[in-house]
Amino acid sequence: MFYILCPYCKEHREEEEFHPRGQAHLMRPEDPDNTTDEEWGDYLFFRDNPRGIHHEMWVHSVGCRKFFNITRNTVTYEILETYPMGEQPTITADDPSVRHEQGAQVADGGWQTVGARPENTALNEETSS
Amino acid sequence: MTQTNRLSAGGRIDRSHGLEFTFNGQRYQGFAGDTLASALLANGVDIINRSFKYSRARGIVAAGAEEPNAVVQLGAREETQVPNVRATQQGLYDGLVARSTNGWPNVQRDVMSWVGKLGGNFMPPGFYYKTFMSPASMWMTYEKYIRMGAGLGRAPTVADPDIYDHMHHHCDVMVIGAGAAGLAAALSAARSGARVILCDEQEEMGGSLLDSRDTLDGVSAVRWIEQTLNELASMETVTLLPRTTANGYHDHNFVTLHERRTEHLADTASDAGFPDMPRARLHRVRATRVVLATGTHERPLVYANNDLPGNMVAGAVSTYIRRYGVIPGNSLVLTTSNDHAYRAALDWQEAGRKVVAIVDARANPDGDLVRQACDSGIRVITGSAVIEAKGTQRVSGARVSAVDLDHFVITGRIEDLECDTIASSGGYSPVVHLSSHTGTRPQWDENLLGFVPGEVKGMLMAGGVAGHYGLDNTLSDGARAGRQAAIDSGFDEAGELNLPTVKARRDGPACAIYQVPHEKKGLRVPKQFVDMQNDVTASAIELATREGFESIEHVKRYTALGFGTDQGKLGNINGMAIAARCLGRSIPEVGTTVFRPNYTPITFGAIVGRHCDELFDPKRYTALHQWHVEYGAEFEDVGQWKRPWYFPRNANGKKESMHDAVARECLAVRQGVGILDASTLGKIDIQGPDAREFLGRVYTNKWAKLAPGRVRYGLMCKDDGMLMDDGTTSCLGDNHFLMTTTTGGAASVLEWLEVWHQTEWPELQVYFNSVTDHWATMTVTGPEARKLMSEVTDIDLDREQFKFMDWKEGNVAGVPARVFRISFTGELAYEINVQANYAMQVWKTLFEHGEKYDLTPYGTETMHVLRAEKGLIIVGQDTDGSVTPEDLGMHWAIGYDKPFHWIGKRALSRPDTMRGDRKQLVGLKPKDANVVLEEGAQIVLDPNQAIPMSMVGHVTSSYYSPVLESGFALAVLKEGRERMGQTVYLPMSDGKTHEAEVVSTVFIDPKGERQNV
Amino acid sequence: MSDVQEFQTRPTDTSKAESPLEWSLHEQKSLPHASNPGVTLSEKPFLGQLIVRGGAIVLDEAVREVMDMALPAKPHALVSDDSGERSIQWLSPDEWLVIVPGGEEFELEQKLRKSLGQSHFSIVNVSGGQTVLSLKGNRAREVLMKSISYDVHPQAFPVGKGVSTVFAKATIILRRPEENGWELVIRRSFADYCYRWLLDASREYGVSVVR
Repeated sequence: MFYILCPYCKEHREEEEFHPRGQAHLMRPEDPDNTTDEEWGDYLFFRDNPRGIHHEMWVHSVGCRKFFNITRNTVTYEILETYPMGEQPTITADDPSVRHEQGAQVADGGWQTVGARPENTALNEETSS
Repeated sequence: MTQTNRLSAGGRIDRSHGLEFTFNGQRYQGFAGDTLASALLANGVDIINRSFKYSRARGIVAAGAEEPNAVVQLGAREETQVPNVRATQQGLYDGLVARSTNGWPNVQRDVMSWVGKLGGNFMPPGFYYKTFMSPASMWMTYEKYIRMGAGLGRAPTVADPDIYDHMHHHCDVMVIGAGAAGLAAALSAARSGARVILCDEQEEMGGSLLDSRDTLDGVSAVRWIEQTLNELASMETVTLLPRTTANGYHDHNFVTLHERRTEHLADTASDAGFPDMPRARLHRVRATRVVLATGTHERPLVYANNDLPGNMVAGAVSTYIRRYGVIPGNSLVLTTSNDHAYRAALDWQEAGRKVVAIVDARANPDGDLVRQACDSGIRVITGSAVIEAKGTQRVSGARVSAVDLDHFVITGRIEDLECDTIASSGGYSPVVHLSSHTGTRPQWDENLLGFVPGEVKGMLMAGGVAGHYGLDNTLSDGARAGRQAAIDSGFDEAGELNLPTVKARRDGPACAIYQVPHEKKGLRVPKQFVDMQNDVTASAIELATREGFESIEHVKRYTALGFGTDQGKLGNINGMAIAARCLGRSIPEVGTTVFRPNYTPITFGAIVGRHCDELFDPKRYTALHQWHVEYGAEFEDVGQWKRPWYFPRNANGKKESMHDAVARECLAVRQGVGILDASTLGKIDIQGPDAREFLGRVYTNKWAKLAPGRVRYGLMCKDDGMLMDDGTTSCLGDNHFLMTTTTGGAASVLEWLEVWHQTEWPELQVYFNSVTDHWATMTVTGPEARKLMSEVTDIDLDREQFKFMDWKEGNVAGVPARVFRISFTGELAYEINVQANYAMQVWKTLFEHGEKYDLTPYGTETMHVLRAEKGLIIVGQDTDGSVTPEDLGMHWAIGYDKPFHWIGKRALSRPDTMRGDRKQLVGLKPKDANVVLEEGAQIVLDPNQAIPMSMVGHVTSSYYSPVLESGFALAVLKEGRERMGQTVYLPMSDGKTHEAEVVSTVFIDPKGERQNV
Repeated sequence: MSDVQEFQTRPTDTSKAESPLEWSLHEQKSLPHASNPGVTLSEKPFLGQLIVRGGAIVLDEAVREVMDMALPAKPHALVSDDSGERSIQWLSPDEWLVIVPGGEEFELEQKLRKSLGQSHFSIVNVSGGQTVLSLKGNRAREVLMKSISYDVHPQAFPVGKGVSTVFAKATIILRRPEENGWELVIRRSFADYCYRWLLDASREYGVSVVR
């Protein structure tokens, strides 16, 4: 059971008041007509799943009904910060102090959301079998 | 007096208050203040259980939660049966009934023990699976008989008469354990002003201080406990929870506590005189800081036959003597690795019974207690250990030998000592369980010879659990932790605690001994038990390492070490030490397994709390519910809503069948007038200058030109192009709309609108608010609807003035109403919306006037038939998250040329959504009119193909239509619209195959004239 | 903001109105009546309830002008007028709950709309959709501790506070308008569930229901 600081209510509330809404900072491509099918598929279906620092969107559904973002360590489950929509995280996986303090392994160069490929593209190719 | 082992004085029991109890059908006496375990020991009951795998006789080993053997089945009646109760944690009450959980036909004369003996060395880890593997089909049969012999209690077969509940708490400092460290921590935190909760799992707070020989500030330990508890109890900010086990430590300092409220008083709360009190309570605590003061568990030594009744851990012997006035035998041999355990021998001697010898594994023990023992004339045998207990049903002697721990061999002559009790101590294991519940691994401390908690954010360790032994150390460490916890919680002026003066005791260093060597080797050594609850022996662990299991996690799973309700309290460290020795590694290299919640078993009742029976899940009612009940409606659950399903009539004392009721209701709507309570539909009020723009972005169809007074049906997709909800939206004003959603979609659609507004288009000026509960909705529908309405409303109902898909406001039955001319039945329909507090009077007035039209209330089943006859879909029934509006043939509701790139549009041109062989919504007409196809039935094109057949779709909705006098269905079918007129087949599980013709989805009034009469 | 349909939903004759708890109280042949109740429950039915949304600054001006009250701008603040009959509660940074005596809500809505003019805001009448339960007695706090995970200790929940939170398996608005009394704003369709839950949780302390 998480204890989450709602950046709007400015209080910690129990997890049961919130809904998780997946990866944060997803951008809907601005010009869908000029987005390839592949890019649109990435936007719809592909999400990061890092070990360590992750940014997630949550909604305080039983409280103020506002959406906001959380920086969370997926290993320790520690919530490092919460911040309103439109703001950027102050703590990211690239932050060396975070790597040191958390002692957590952070995914290096996870799959990005739109148009990105994994380092080993073969992993993502369909096999004939 | 049958309490042969009861001392005439001493202990914290009340000898003037006798209690009677029954164990395995035999009556015994005990005293108030006893636990079931102390009372059984007082009565000289040696065998409490048979062991899990080898069916060996087992007695009481410990005095607390760590007890592995004395796990009993409690309860005088079938409905009060509780399995998995530790006799050491069960307060004794008058009339208590308990029995062994294991042993068939009984615990004294157990059939399985012969299997255990004969099987003996042939029952290695995995024995049952290795032996009874083939034929595999017989396993269920073998298991039935194996289970009869083995088992750890049983669940009651009838309902529990007691209730259980939950309580939520918040505090600054949660102190777990009320021994010396916990009391000091709680006191120093509380004096700073912090909100403190102190819990302790025992019947009485005080922990091991309750049987301490020490004095604090010149008063006895027990007196100091009383003083401290009195001070804590007097503080408004302190909550004391005795008989409360902290069972789980969860993320962000969330702790679950299990409080036994009436379990120590009687069989049920009613029997105890508190009929409304919960038997147990689960406390859910959110703490700023947790102070873990759980102390230590003493480790028994692993020597041969160490499981025979009469073998105990040394500290438990002291506890039974000093706290309960019970001496569990006549002649004692103590085998130890440390000074602290000497207390057991001193207490034993003081109680007036014989201490045969203290066998100390150290060559030159020399602490204060050692001296005291020597001065008292007790024989101390040094450099030695008990290598084997002798006896059959109870210890009758101890075999003692000098041991060389470095080479793991015995040296010199074996001496046989006569005794009936062997107390052992191999050192102390900090009770680290809670600290590892969130994934932190304990750390090995070479000086302590034990695992201490790893670092856990928000948790402070105090006293024994952190390796601070000795009363003076424990107290000061507890006070430090309490003060630090208060400071961490924001209390700057944290109270300084004047620590009580304690006479320090000098203890000599302990030595590391876990398994004791024996003169025989390997499998020839009589069994040396490591985990008594799971019957794991030292040789089983050796075998596991020989068979290639190197990781301690694998060894655990192969042998069952630390499994079950025991969670390795006594055995884990010994097991790891043995594995380490066998693997030639050090203990920290081997590491430890991770402990999981719950620390001790808790009843399901406490987990469920009051979320059961009528409070299991909210039942949501409309404003008209009482009428429906009085009219005899049958109800259907739609989400949490209770909706009338159909309204059976009673004729000649016989209730109409569902089929007949639905047919009657359908015909009433098609031929006369019916009425539906549609209040459960989701309703969202939308206001703002950009409301219209917003609708255009979330719906697939166009909203730019919808004028005030008009209503439109809309489809909502996710951005993957799949339909997620549908409903009508009315333009109330240019900047004001009322959206309806499906009953189930109300909350999720509102959140859907909010997520797009708040994250993608915050610049749009619009607000959304749920008004689902504010409005009650009644649908009056059928050819006679206008006539009925004209009697109760001042609204002009002229078909030119009040057209299909118009809405008007006015009075209905004297109540202000918005009336919408929309239809989900295909008939003329008026959807009346009034403020819910006034709904009942409108509904009743409609029936007063409706009598002459035979106004017929109908339920959800009729609603489904009527809408399906018109080919109107239900999202979630005819769609399943993989269906696009195009698949449904709703091209007319898709605004491809709208200026904004609305949600779902882009995905509709992805290759997968444009595939030619997608499943499309069609109608199905069974060739046999009497057949109502099963919803979910799979469709095939060739019924004679080999199984598995190639399936091309399935039935989504299927009913009998009284108008068509035939069954009919909606289905999704690959390339369905191209198959109009073709025959498809539906093979059923009973071997029958139904034939059906693919037809249009609209079965009645394809031109839609009826809704506009 | 103009081009919004104002609608008086209240009939002139309200004698046949049924509150959200009507069904539950009707079902219970006789109301619980403990001799020395630790908890007392009563419904405050048929109040006027408006959800007002918009920017705090413009709403504050309008509320001062129309209601002679200041808009509570701090999270979870609850303010009442001197009579205690009219209150405004913070629900979210752009959302407030206004509760007034039944019958006042439509006129209040009209006045607020007029005062707010062309600003961007919304006012939604929810009077039929929710009701207010009053919970009093020296064990009331324990009943709440059994029902909700939010901290109801006086240090964390002083008079003049209100929160939206989870209640058993429903959601409610919990308010503390006075030292010895709590108010639960519950949704109509969940009213029966909340009422049954409260009775159940109160049983061990002795409970009376007052109509």
